[in-house]
Amino acid sequence: MTLLKVENLTVEFPSRRGTLTAIEDVCLTVAPGEILGMVGESGAGKSMTGAAIIGLIEPPGRIARGQILLNGSRIDNLGREDMRRVRGRQIGAIFQDPLTSLNPVLTVGEQLIETIQTHLKLSRSAARERAIDWLRRVGIPAPEKRVDTYPHQYSGGMRQRVVIALALCAEPRLIIADEPTTALDVSVQAQIIALLRKLCKETGASVILVTHDMGVIAETADRVAVMYAGRVIEVGAVADVLRAPRHPYTAGLMASIPRIGEKPDILPQIDGAMPRLNARPEGCAFNPRCPKRMEVCARLRPDLVADAQGEVACHLFSKELAT
Amino acid sequence: MLGFLIRRIIQAIIVMLAVALIAFMMFRFMGDPVSSMVPEHATEQERAEVRERLGLDQPLFVQYGRFVARAATGDFGLSWRNARPVSTLLAERFPATAELVLVAAALSLVVGIPLGIYTALRPNSFNAQMLQFLSLVGISLPTFVTGILLILVFSVWLGWLPSFGRGEVVDIGWWSTGFITASGLKALILPSIMLCLFQLTLIMRLVRAEMMEVLRTDYIKFARARGLRDRAINFRHALRNTLIPVITIFGLQLGGLIAFAIITETVFQWPGMGALFIQAVNFGDVPVMAAYLVLVSFIFVVINTSVDLLYASIDPRLRVDDAGPAGGGH
Repeated sequence: MTLLKVENLTVEFPSRRGTLTAIEDVCLTVAPGEILGMVGESGAGKSMTGAAIIGLIEPPGRIARGQILLNGSRIDNLGREDMRRVRGRQIGAIFQDPLTSLNPVLTVGEQLIETIQTHLKLSRSAARERAIDWLRRVGIPAPEKRVDTYPHQYSGGMRQRVVIALALCAEPRLIIADEPTTALDVSVQAQIIALLRKLCKETGASVILVTHDMGVIAETADRVAVMYAGRVIEVGAVADVLRAPRHPYTAGLMASIPRIGEKPDILPQIDGAMPRLNARPEGCAFNPRCPKRMEVCARLRPDLVADAQGEVACHLFSKELAT
Repeated sequence: MLGFLIRRIIQAIIVMLAVALIAFMMFRFMGDPVSSMVPEHATEQERAEVRERLGLDQPLFVQYGRFVARAATGDFGLSWRNARPVSTLLAERFPATAELVLVAAALSLVVGIPLGIYTALRPNSFNAQMLQFLSLVGISLPTFVTGILLILVFSVWLGWLPSFGRGEVVDIGWWSTGFITASGLKALILPSIMLCLFQLTLIMRLVRAEMMEVLRTDYIKFARARGLRDRAINFRHALRNTLIPVITIFGLQLGGLIAFAIITETVFQWPGMGALFIQAVNFGDVPVMAAYLVLVSFIFVVINTSVDLLYASIDPRLRVDDAGPAGGGH
């Protein structure tokens, strides 16, 4: 049983100088109650994948190929109004910066009540009760009073709690959390992640957690998907991918995490930079930087292939070439 | 809030004193006032008497203090042209200008804001592009040209509307109004269109730019991600944030409307304060000019102070009496 199934999702941005492909043939599945971590460098397509799932790709971007299925039915081809009903009610979203995610001129309560009443048939007073209840659940002290205050009267961490309450208040089945802790103090990050995990366990919601913080992934996610240059290149259980990465890029990513206690003169890194959208190389996009490059890599793009340990898109693991 | 209010009022008083100083200096620019009051063959002694009677022998700052004290009670002396009290002259003319400015201001808001919203929400539609183009014309064409064109089309060619005057007015107490007679209302149409055209296009373009900016913000993105209806996003979330800067500009421009009314009143022979001022300039009638300057500045200052206070009611972040980010930690 899968809650979300993304198949060969491709998002393109037509421009005057030709079409740019932001993400290409992305395949993902999310099981009910599961937390899927999504990692990769900036520009790898993590946020774009999230935006495509929730149907909020900025024009002129568009889904060129593939489909997105939620509970077995397609949501990528829904009309504006139908998709609006899915957002918030079926799929919730949390964005990076809690300081700018809340409307400064409306009280926290007004924003919560509005969201609740948009999706659930509740009277204003019942919606208000529910709003206060949600503030309590996300750990806002004295929620009966705080419900009538404005976002600027909250600290950053408190605002992100409000954002979580707003994303969850209509009880969506899937939450897309796009770098939910990046803008927060380190001391607050762990609390927010723990809160998110606890609430999703309570409501049974699944989470796609987009981040480049490996520590957060290790602690929180069940499975992890690694993205590079618009493609998913490796998927697997967190323990497997973190301990025994198979794709050379994932291996490089893991090796570049500094370890406490070691003081190397030079921090390990992957040489080179991720190719720009309009300059992706032939074959495997990672091949110019790859330490294990083979002749085939510059020619043929490897597909994401599933085996017993997960999925990986690398010729090193392609069965045809191994034989 | 009270501290803020007091601070703003003190600032306003300082501005008014500076304006009064400029108005006071005007009397000096016109040369020695005594020489224009006494007969040409007056003796030195007669001149000295007049000077003493008018207090002109006092030190300048004493004269200035007296000018301010009198101005504060609305006393600007007599008009040099027809020897009537300046305050009476202004009071007679004030309703005409006030009604004209009021209608023009209302028009610029009622038409400008919806057009701005429309062009922001459908920026690529043909209508929006057309409006953008027309607004460019409205913003760059001098107002007297549009006024004359309006007269040509609607008064001369079509003969629908009067080309000058206020029409029939009715006195309610000291206030003469053109709002309640058909001819008064008809006479208002062309001058108020001419006067509001610049503000209208300005407000339209401002609302458009601000709204497009707001629609790109994270909180609008998050509102969409929560599945809120378009109407709620556009009007509840975006519009309120859009209007904050629009109010400032409108407040400033309201003063501008009063000042620009001089031109409109001249083109349409509208019997308002602006026309009075132009007459005063022609005759070198300094008391009227000084009083007009002080009065218009006073209106400016009152409007700007009110706008600052109005902010607080729209933008909760400016309410200084609220508790700041409350404790309780993260």
